[in-house]
Amino acid sequence: MQRIGVFVCHCGTNIAGTVDVVAVAKALGQEPGVVFSTEYQYMCSESGQQLMRAAIREHKLTGVVVCSCSPRMHEATFRKAAALEGVNPYMVEIANIREHVSWIHKDMAEATEKAVILGRAAIAKVHLNAPLQAGESPVTKRALVIGGGIAGIQTALDIAEAGFEVDIVEKSPTIGGKMAQLDKTFPTLDCAACILTPKMVDAAQNEKINIFAYSELESVKGYIGNFKAQIRRKARFVDETKCTGCGICTEKCPQKKVPNEFNMGLDNRRAIYIPFAQAVPKVATIDANYCTMMKTGKCGICSKVCGTGAIDYTQKDTVIEREYGAIVVATGFNPIDAKVYNEYGYMDSPDVVTSLELERLMNAAGPTNGTLLRPSDKTHPHTIVFVQCVGSRCDETDERGKPYCSKICCMYTAKHAMLIREKYPDTDVYVFYIDVRTPGKNFDEFYRRAVEQYGVHYIKGQVGKVVEQNGKLHVQASDLLANEQLHIDADLVVLATAIEPDKTARSLGTMLTASMDTNDFFTEAHPKLRPVESPTAGIFLSGVCQGPKDIPETVSQASACAAKVIGVLAKDKLTCNPCVAHSDELLCNGCSSCEKVCPYGAISYSDKEFRGPNRTTLIRRVASVNPAVCQGCGACTVACPSGAMDLKGFSNKQIMAEVDAICK
Amino acid sequence: MKFSYYPGCTLKTKGKDLDRYGRLCAEALGVTLAELPDWQCCGAVYPMAKDEIATKLSAVRALASSRDEGTELVTLCSACHNVIKQVNHDMQTDADIALRVNNYLGLDTPYTGETTVLHYLEVLRDRVGFDAIKAAVKNPLTGRKIGAYYGCLLLRPGKVMRFDDPENPTILEDFIRAIGAEPVIYAMRNECCGGYIAVEDKGAAVKRSSAVLDNAAAKGADTLVTACPLCLYNLKKNGGRDDVAVVYFTELLAEALGVK
Repeated sequence: MQRIGVFVCHCGTNIAGTVDVVAVAKALGQEPGVVFSTEYQYMCSESGQQLMRAAIREHKLTGVVVCSCSPRMHEATFRKAAALEGVNPYMVEIANIREHVSWIHKDMAEATEKAVILGRAAIAKVHLNAPLQAGESPVTKRALVIGGGIAGIQTALDIAEAGFEVDIVEKSPTIGGKMAQLDKTFPTLDCAACILTPKMVDAAQNEKINIFAYSELESVKGYIGNFKAQIRRKARFVDETKCTGCGICTEKCPQKKVPNEFNMGLDNRRAIYIPFAQAVPKVATIDANYCTMMKTGKCGICSKVCGTGAIDYTQKDTVIEREYGAIVVATGFNPIDAKVYNEYGYMDSPDVVTSLELERLMNAAGPTNGTLLRPSDKTHPHTIVFVQCVGSRCDETDERGKPYCSKICCMYTAKHAMLIREKYPDTDVYVFYIDVRTPGKNFDEFYRRAVEQYGVHYIKGQVGKVVEQNGKLHVQASDLLANEQLHIDADLVVLATAIEPDKTARSLGTMLTASMDTNDFFTEAHPKLRPVESPTAGIFLSGVCQGPKDIPETVSQASACAAKVIGVLAKDKLTCNPCVAHSDELLCNGCSSCEKVCPYGAISYSDKEFRGPNRTTLIRRVASVNPAVCQGCGACTVACPSGAMDLKGFSNKQIMAEVDAICK
Repeated sequence: MKFSYYPGCTLKTKGKDLDRYGRLCAEALGVTLAELPDWQCCGAVYPMAKDEIATKLSAVRALASSRDEGTELVTLCSACHNVIKQVNHDMQTDADIALRVNNYLGLDTPYTGETTVLHYLEVLRDRVGFDAIKAAVKNPLTGRKIGAYYGCLLLRPGKVMRFDDPENPTILEDFIRAIGAEPVIYAMRNECCGGYIAVEDKGAAVKRSSAVLDNAAAKGADTLVTACPLCLYNLKKNGGRDDVAVVYFTELLAEALGVK
């Protein structure tokens, strides 16, 4: 028989305001096995814990029931306190009488009755609890960072700085991500390349960092501390170890008509290319979809001009396997495709561009060498209209757009407007907005400068239509403050398109069993208190893959994420959760139901010898659980038809005892 | 394929061509359009008032009678289509309106929005299929550059009409391709022609209609097609250009099918 102590918490008035805590303590004190029962104002406080520890000593308690808040809040606190007095932590049960009772009920009599019932259930469970010992598993001291944009680079640099190895896997030929495409950055207007490329070089030169560019994650197995990943290194058809990045091949390649994705398709590149001058690694890549040699077998010019013999048309993809202790998701974002908003004429006129396209049109390394020219006739635009919130902040039922605010558009539009007015003072610039949102250090000052010093016309209202006719863009819009219709003849229209998670995020989330929201942003373990961790242990989140962010915020989060990763890698051993599944081999009938439902691959089958009747030996196929891999989800215990599979700490018997206590 | 057919008053007076060619083409495509017996006015613009039920009654009579026939209800005039579909939506989603309408009408079986309302173009797209139309075309209108003019009534409100993407529709362009002509995409194709405002402020209608025609002409259209008698009227009378012909889509279909 257990000797159980019951501790009822007031949580100030959080619980005591709705639940008669004295009555609860009194009622539970009458339950069989309960030798001590009390209530206290804050059980989680130091003095509350001291009270519990004294009671354990004095009454020689073997089990503890705390009636308080959710076990997500303070289960660990109470388990630690009990352990200090020599009681196994898994002999502590929490009855959640705050979130499940006081916060959701108004009537005190009802709430008190429910609190007593939940307390009884917890007592019934403690009667059947057994001490459990947590195991340990080793930690592979290397991190994997998926995505080589500014988020991934910063996280990798910080982890490497702490002395741990990091691999960056980047699907495009170079790291740098979206930031490499930007011209200037708000609110200080320093050039994006000038502040990004030193970090790219640092990453390349750091001995602890391995960059697998032009590579994609193929599969991930394992668990925190012990992940195994397969990485597909896509064939560049150029030997990375031989290529010096001299660029002769990219000048001589006769295939000149390949849309240049780095310049948002505003100009063309060759079939063999280096995305931009500061690319890391600075290695050429052959685009097999356009290469004449690869398609027809006739050409081979790049191979002839290459001084180091790096070109290899027969190169194949290779798959490498690496082990990691932690995985960082830094897959970033893309702007949505503006063609779904064709009322703004994106498909009708080349002079309707997205903001990212405008970045390239204003960038010195862009298709116009930094001179702002209309894509259609290469003339200087005199009237420019910016449309904000294209696809952001849409109605939930809108299939084309996103319900969320993309967060960066107000600021970059103010930046674009300001830069254009400064460089071309003869230009009229209009910005149509729903709201101007500029929270951030020096952000609102920046926006006001655009309005007050640079004379940008900010108009509250939406653009309804852009009609291209005879080279002009007729913009129909409404000015909500003046309550009038506006018609503006513009030369250039810029769409601040919403941002969305990279298309690869969804399949990656499935591969990592990391949860996502309905917009495909990765979900954090807690929206306020654990913002850089995924609920899946060992998976961490960096940058826009978790939600829209600007560069300063992305970099902060990237470093926070690195700190969390370092916390894992710094440990030699990780404590495992002892509440894992266990199979009773005598009951197991070898049906494989459990193996099929296990999401972690923790269950395997083997043939075992059993003693049969009359001294015979039987060989039966039975399940066994790898406790290091099992996450204790319980799916197998439900699937098992013979009742062989049980979850330690949450056995079928314990749960039925709780149900019985509730229904009594 | 048999449908109940609601022509509406304009198709019996000003818009006879829309109706006549529509029937000829349906016959040629093996579609039976059975005109509803005793149909009444759809209610014109009045049923759009949310707080008024008397104006919705005639549309509900048509809907209920189509239900009793056990067929889907096909309309041809954009305005009738819009009104009947919106009233049907009210009957499906607004319990208060449905109750009051049914109390008033006292039908044998109360009507609660069971009828599917289809525009003639939806029959062509979803029931006959544009591929089948392409195969049935005898005189393809090769070389003709035709702009689709949607106007507003077929498309909006988008969540009720569910006809096509209200901002970037394609159904008429697909129709134009099916009859062998080349569709001309122009931005003003789903803008307002001026509508009934022509009665009160002709200047406004002239401005709207000519903006539509000028944009279509600038993009090289020689003809515009429409499904709306009012659009046709405004574009012809108030559009201010005669170098772009404006015709009902059924007329071009009849031409292509060789039944004109």
